[in-house]
Amino acid sequence: MIEVKDLTKYYGPTLAISRLNFEVAQGEIVGFLGPNAAGKTTTLKILAGYMPPTAGSAAVNGFDCIGQSRDVRHSLGYLPENVPLYTDLTTAQFLDFAARAKGLEGSRRAGEIDRVVAECGLTEVRHTLIASLSKGFRQRVGLAQALLGRPPVLILDEPTIGLDPAQIVEIRGLIRELAGAHTVILSSHILPEVSQLCSRVIIINHGQIVASDTPANLTRQLGGSARVRLAVGGPEDAVLTALSGAPGVRKALAEGGGTFTVEVEPGVEVRPDLARLLVGRGWDLLELKAQEFTLEDVFINLVTEEDVHP
Amino acid sequence: MSGCLAVWRKELMVYFSTPIFYLTGVVFLLLGGYFFYANVAYYTVLSFQAGQNPYLAEYLNPAGMVFRPLMVNLAVIFLFIVPLLTMRLLAEEKKNGTAELLFTLPLTDWGIILGKFLAALLIYLILLLMTLGYAVGLAFITPVDWGGILVGYLGLVLLGGTFLALGLFSSSLTENQIVAAVITFGLLLFFWVTGWFQEIGAVRWQGLFKHLSMLDHFEPFARGVIDSRHLVFFGSMMYLFLFLTKRTLESRRWRG
Repeated sequence: MIEVKDLTKYYGPTLAISRLNFEVAQGEIVGFLGPNAAGKTTTLKILAGYMPPTAGSAAVNGFDCIGQSRDVRHSLGYLPENVPLYTDLTTAQFLDFAARAKGLEGSRRAGEIDRVVAECGLTEVRHTLIASLSKGFRQRVGLAQALLGRPPVLILDEPTIGLDPAQIVEIRGLIRELAGAHTVILSSHILPEVSQLCSRVIIINHGQIVASDTPANLTRQLGGSARVRLAVGGPEDAVLTALSGAPGVRKALAEGGGTFTVEVEPGVEVRPDLARLLVGRGWDLLELKAQEFTLEDVFINLVTEEDVHP
Repeated sequence: MSGCLAVWRKELMVYFSTPIFYLTGVVFLLLGGYFFYANVAYYTVLSFQAGQNPYLAEYLNPAGMVFRPLMVNLAVIFLFIVPLLTMRLLAEEKKNGTAELLFTLPLTDWGIILGKFLAALLIYLILLLMTLGYAVGLAFITPVDWGGILVGYLGLVLLGGTFLALGLFSSSLTENQIVAAVITFGLLLFFWVTGWFQEIGAVRWQGLFKHLSMLDHFEPFARGVIDSRHLVFFGSMMYLFLFLTKRTLESRRWRG
């Protein structure tokens, strides 16, 4: 549905994105993850046909984003970053304009407007000037505009930014319902959001893709290891030495106050052995817990140079 | 011309929901009314004097004494008002970021340009139509030459269309509305006075400057004369500025 090949963009001498390659299949929800200024918005703007790449190509729904820009724009709904809206119009007037611009005619237009107003929860502000709407409602008006006409591809640039927690849950629910019928590509720097919503995550940093996989796989791949946290009542040095020497343990670290973190070989269950070892020495085992890596760990690991492990 | 109608409707909704239209309308009608009143008053004074001067009486008619100068007066007011009507057309979209929305909807560049141009033209026509009241009012008192007046209005429509196309072009160059208004006003004034160079007689290329003068091309319409050369001039100027606007919009596709 979306095909990006060697996409490169310079703003003057500044390189924004460098040779991006990825594909998004029909019905997928793909999360575009990266720190600020990583090139997320630039990529989405190019896909939406708003600006041309410096080099490389992008295709949406089989149409080239540069040469067949209008066909591309016909097949997508786009929610730009910061949700620019015509603040002098009411919600209904604005949606009417967007529906007409998308070529929806007559009763189909009225039906589509009613549908997106209901889906996005805009009924109560239908005849309110956009200028006087709250941030959450504006975001929803922007999303409603993108959904008009049921475009096969949706490009959402930070769809939940600036919303309160309740609204975030609502919008996420809405986006999740879109899967299957629409191909969705959304950008975000909220990690739990991406791991909840997306079937696949593309992590981008300094204009380059650093990882692209399902949230679960990414978490699994990280460092190829897992961690165990322990709280032990005993002499710290002796416990640390004992833990470091245990089979299957790569590295043990004392965190102070009797707590330790142990990095273990992937796929090896070391917890029973560790428990027996510590109890056998006569120390008190107060806590023993396997720690999973979150997407956040993956993200920080991939986009920063420092090691995440303490 | 897909989407032209959608953009046209949206622009009109914005014009009518913001104070720009109402405010410029009030200012325009106040000034226009003043000029009309002044012309009629002058005409009345001359009519009284004509009682003693039969030679003068031959030259007296409302077409020449009231409407011809009125047309030029109205054109001069538009010189000041059109930049205010057109400055926001594209500059505001760029400033507010709505350009990103507009250009990613499946609209053609011509659809966007013509939608905006025709919306501004309709606003202009509404303002112009209200001044027809002057002629209708005067017709109750004295016979007026409707043919001549309508030709004058045709001239004003063509002139206004050119002004608006130029204003739209200026608005496409910048994201600052004030800058757009200043560029429009500067260019309009240049095209208005450029014929004066010839009168000074000091400039080379006098012929060219004369041919570019909007005043010189408008004057015959004010006199009630339709000359195809002037129709062609205004038609091509309008097309030129709309075309330049299109080129400016397109440039975002190949620039940086």
